[in-house]
Amino acid sequence: MNNYETVFILTPVLSDAQMKEAVEKFKNLLKEQGAEIVNEEDWGLRKLAYNIDKKTTGFYSFLEFNAEPSVIDKLELNFRRDERVIRFLTVKQDKFSLEYAEKRRNKGGKKQDAPAPVIKKAEKAEKVEKAEVVESEVKSNEKED
Amino acid sequence: MAKQSEIRYLTPLSVDVKKKKYCRFKKNGIKYIDYKDPEFLKKFLNEQGKILPRRITGTSLKFQRRIAQAVKRARHIAMLPYVTDLMK
Repeated sequence: MNNYETVFILTPVLSDAQMKEAVEKFKNLLKEQGAEIVNEEDWGLRKLAYNIDKKTTGFYSFLEFNAEPSVIDKLELNFRRDERVIRFLTVKQDKFSLEYAEKRRNKGGKKQDAPAPVIKKAEKAEKVEKAEVVESEVKSNEKED
Repeated sequence: MAKQSEIRYLTPLSVDVKKKKYCRFKKNGIKYIDYKDPEFLKKFLNEQGKILPRRITGTSLKFQRRIAQAVKRARHIAMLPYVTDLMK
């Protein structure tokens, strides 16, 4: 069993119900193949960075699941056969992305509670250096006078 | 007879301390670059949507490879453009 995540884009011509139905279809397909769905996200209608099939928007869906590698072939075959799917991307999660995905999942539930990122300081040393340079300049000026 | 120390300049010499570039991933302990976050990836692209070279961003080779991978994935799912003008 491996961890996978997949992003797929559905055509914007679908109604909300149709869109949900399509997502449900792929979820059921995964379940039938013995995959365990870990996370499901609906990013809604988003603007595409470029046109795909003369469309400028699309419904983005995101799934995370554990499955055997053979399942991916079947899933992608179904993506290709389904006219409603205009683009898909399946990625195997390595240990780093798995860690990241876990954090992301926990964050998604409570966005406001996320702690502010700690800013590291590394500029102090430079300031000291500059000050010394200025001092030496002043001394040389004095000598000349 | 002008010695080295006696040379005077009309304008004070500007002392440019070159800021050392660093890899922001190593420094901040980022291990994974997410292809689903186009706003973050845009930091590594120029206005035409091309990936910036390492010599400009200072990224280490290891993470430059990962950036490239993430950008290419993001392009595939239409979160970043393949070609564009005036992205920022």
